[in-house]
Amino acid sequence: MHKRMSTRGPGGRTIRLVALFLGALGAFAGSVRAQEAEECLACHSDRDLTGTRKGKTISVFVDQKKFAASVHGSLACVTCHADLAGKELPHDEDVKPAVCADCHDEVAKHQARSLHGTAAARGDALAPRCPTCHGTHAILPVKNPKSPVSPLQVPFTCGRCHSEGSPVQRERAIHQDHIIENYTESIHGEGLLKKGLIVSATCASCHTAHMQLPHTDPASSIARKNIAATCTKCHAQIETVHRKVIKGELWEREAHVLPACVDCHQPHKARKVFYDQGMSDKDCLRCHSRKDLVSSKNGRSLYVAQEHLGESRHVRVACSQCHAGVNVAKERPCETITQPVDCASCHAEVAQQYQKSTHGQLIARQDPNGPTCKECHGTHRIFGKFQPQSPTFPTNIPTLCARCHREGEKAAVRYTGDQTNIVQHYNESIHGQGLTKSGLTVTAMCTNCHTAHGVLPRKDPASSINPANVPKTCGTCHHGIEEQFRQSIHADSSKAGGKQLPVCDDCHSAHSIRRADETGFKLTIMTQCGRCHEEIARTYFDTYHGKVSQLGYTGTAKCYDCHGAHDIQAVGDPRSHLSRENVVATCQKCHPGANRRFAGYLTHATHHDPQKYPWLFWTFWGMTGLLVVTFVIGGIHTLLWLPRALQMRRARRKREQERASEEHTASTETADGEHGPAQE
Amino acid sequence: MVSMDPHKNSTDERQYVRFSRLNRLLHAGMIVSFISLALTGMTLKFSYTGWAAFLSRLFGGYQSAGFIHRLAAVVMVAVFITHVVDLFRRKKREYGSWKALLFGPDTMLMNKKDLHDVRDSFKWFLGMGPRPQYGRWTYWEKFDYFAVFWGMVVIGSTGLTLWFPEFFTLVFPGWALNVATIIHSDEALLATGFIFTVHFFNTHLRPEKFPMDMVIFTGRMDVEELKEDKPEEYEKEVAAGTLESRLAEPYPAIVIRAIRVFAWIALGIGFSIVVWIIYAMVFAYR
Repeated sequence: MHKRMSTRGPGGRTIRLVALFLGALGAFAGSVRAQEAEECLACHSDRDLTGTRKGKTISVFVDQKKFAASVHGSLACVTCHADLAGKELPHDEDVKPAVCADCHDEVAKHQARSLHGTAAARGDALAPRCPTCHGTHAILPVKNPKSPVSPLQVPFTCGRCHSEGSPVQRERAIHQDHIIENYTESIHGEGLLKKGLIVSATCASCHTAHMQLPHTDPASSIARKNIAATCTKCHAQIETVHRKVIKGELWEREAHVLPACVDCHQPHKARKVFYDQGMSDKDCLRCHSRKDLVSSKNGRSLYVAQEHLGESRHVRVACSQCHAGVNVAKERPCETITQPVDCASCHAEVAQQYQKSTHGQLIARQDPNGPTCKECHGTHRIFGKFQPQSPTFPTNIPTLCARCHREGEKAAVRYTGDQTNIVQHYNESIHGQGLTKSGLTVTAMCTNCHTAHGVLPRKDPASSINPANVPKTCGTCHHGIEEQFRQSIHADSSKAGGKQLPVCDDCHSAHSIRRADETGFKLTIMTQCGRCHEEIARTYFDTYHGKVSQLGYTGTAKCYDCHGAHDIQAVGDPRSHLSRENVVATCQKCHPGANRRFAGYLTHATHHDPQKYPWLFWTFWGMTGLLVVTFVIGGIHTLLWLPRALQMRRARRKREQERASEEHTASTETADGEHGPAQE
Repeated sequence: MVSMDPHKNSTDERQYVRFSRLNRLLHAGMIVSFISLALTGMTLKFSYTGWAAFLSRLFGGYQSAGFIHRLAAVVMVAVFITHVVDLFRRKKREYGSWKALLFGPDTMLMNKKDLHDVRDSFKWFLGMGPRPQYGRWTYWEKFDYFAVFWGMVVIGSTGLTLWFPEFFTLVFPGWALNVATIIHSDEALLATGFIFTVHFFNTHLRPEKFPMDMVIFTGRMDVEELKEDKPEEYEKEVAAGTLESRLAEPYPAIVIRAIRVFAWIALGIGFSIVVWIIYAMVFAYR
């Protein structure tokens, strides 16, 4: 392996030779510079010598013997610790890391391109640097069996980070599990570790020593099109034994259509036998396809429906990849499983979001109400969010979230905010109608605004629905509106004077969003404006526009008809619809004949302000005076008249009664005269 | 119904004709247009009450209510113009000169007698004198009559401004529309308030006329009633010997009944508006 590396890097070798030569020259020239190894060791051979790096106290002892025996034994210290060259002794404690790339430049280039190098460049604390594998002062030649990078040691060196349970394996997106265990039991591992065949493939044989790349990277030694080349480095002419399966010469030429080596010989598990895809699943299903299989601990069913696995998104993922911790050497490989399925081993980024979210925090506090991955995504029958049968398919999301967030359910019960009947309101909203009625999968539903995995309460500054983030959240779909809004006075906190500025949901509500051209919305928006612009809204309702609006009609100008909606500006702003330049045109939207004087109509006039509107004030009070005087005079006149009028009425009644009784007597007499004979 | 009224059973059933057919028609036109204007206008003035919203719906929305308001305004102006034209006609036919019309005994203008009547009326109210000998037109009738002139000018002109704001702002500043709104609406409040309370009492609901004085609709009143109510007019007619020529047969019962229904509806609406105004201004004012 190292042989290959050195032949790959002739440039590095030249420099190394030059450096050796210069080192030797320096040694012959005597102590011209102050940094001969002996000079450094004068201090650094002290076992108790310590220094500080990044605030930590570390030993800076250099074992003279080991250093001398190392491949760098003949070099001066400053060859690597270049920043100390020419410095006064004793030097500062702030020493830069030793530089390997000056000599090993080709290797360094590869390393920078590799997963390890890019992780280091990102500042990933878990990324390995040169000394992580090669050591520091006691670097041994590759051929020395004691070197951590000698073939026999490579699996252990890599295994320091890549064995099960290590932080790298747990927290980074490593798609293989039990790498070292599997390797150890594989034919390669057995050859190397049991039989001592140092030509057997080690980690570096397939992954290269310095340029480890993911298999998705076309330059990777394990990329699908390179796998054959990588394997055939050792397994020359292996195609001859695979004639039944493939036509050998196509193997390298048309790697994309042919099965690659690893399709049958799973990486890290490579054995002599033919490997069926999902063989391990078959092992598991030997027991788990039995419907009566139950847990001995709590009696829950352990039956796994094979057809569910078949249609699942994880169809190509082996059982043991999720149910990690199996030991194939055991009769029941699953008996070594101790941990529940951890989706984070593959879905690391999502898991990180989730852990920060309210849902994740509940689980971290071991709250039984907290939803885990499977609450939403299911278990063996997992579908992608673009598959309509998935519970996370857009049209199914509201129902999914409603399971807990519907009124009376566990999430709604503990919720203390001001939203009510969230699910019902959403379903009635324009978004909900779009989703359920029109079947628009692009309509906003729960996760579009709240995110799928980073759900956080509104108060949290990191929340997608925190007021500061709401415009951006809505803007993911309503981009044009967001752009307008960002320019508006409502988005300019410098003029707010510390007041809370409105964001989308302050006017549109959160869950009961209606169409903006709906009558109900048009009318409520005025009271929404009035929540902050109290005075101006009240006086608006004193004018014709406001009065008609108040009656429940949308035909007259409402706040946004004149001021604009999302592009609202201060009236004095030249961009405002009501600026001197624009106001006449704004009036003309409804009043085609409007002129500049017409625009002088006071749309927020009040007759209660003598300073601001003296004409209105005095007109109002003049008219009121006229009213009061007229009514007082008319009222007094009428009230005084009333007793006399009643008197007259009584007098007339009396007269009429008298007349009636006279007539009655007269008529009865006549009636008697007429009827008398007829009766007889 | 009429015959059941004992007082109609007098020997001579003919009645004194006080109002011409045209005047009665004009008054009816006035009632219809005035009530329409009041109802549709008040929906805006008191738009903050539930009643306003209900009425506005009843009129078919603010646009339709606005149309009715303007239509009624046109009718009222037409009534007004017809009356003025009639005045010109009557000046020519009955009086011969403006002087005779304006300063004769039947004038609608306030004169010395009216001032005396006002004084004597208050004396009578306070029990300090007899009931004045009211003539053909009493001072309160004259007041109501000229209130229409005043209202026509004030409400009509401001109403026109609000009807054609784009035209009027070619001359007047924009805030004049706000002023016009206040004048229009408060003057209308005065008119409706006054008509539906004081006018209703004075000419329809006075206890001695209660529940309804039909004279403005039928044009006719009993001679007996004339003698009591307008003694001066009665005596003048008797003295001139023209009383007989002014008598006419009463309308058939069915006509009277129809008129009563109409009048009661108008009266009912009027009172409802008063109640509504009081409610809106006292209990729901904002």
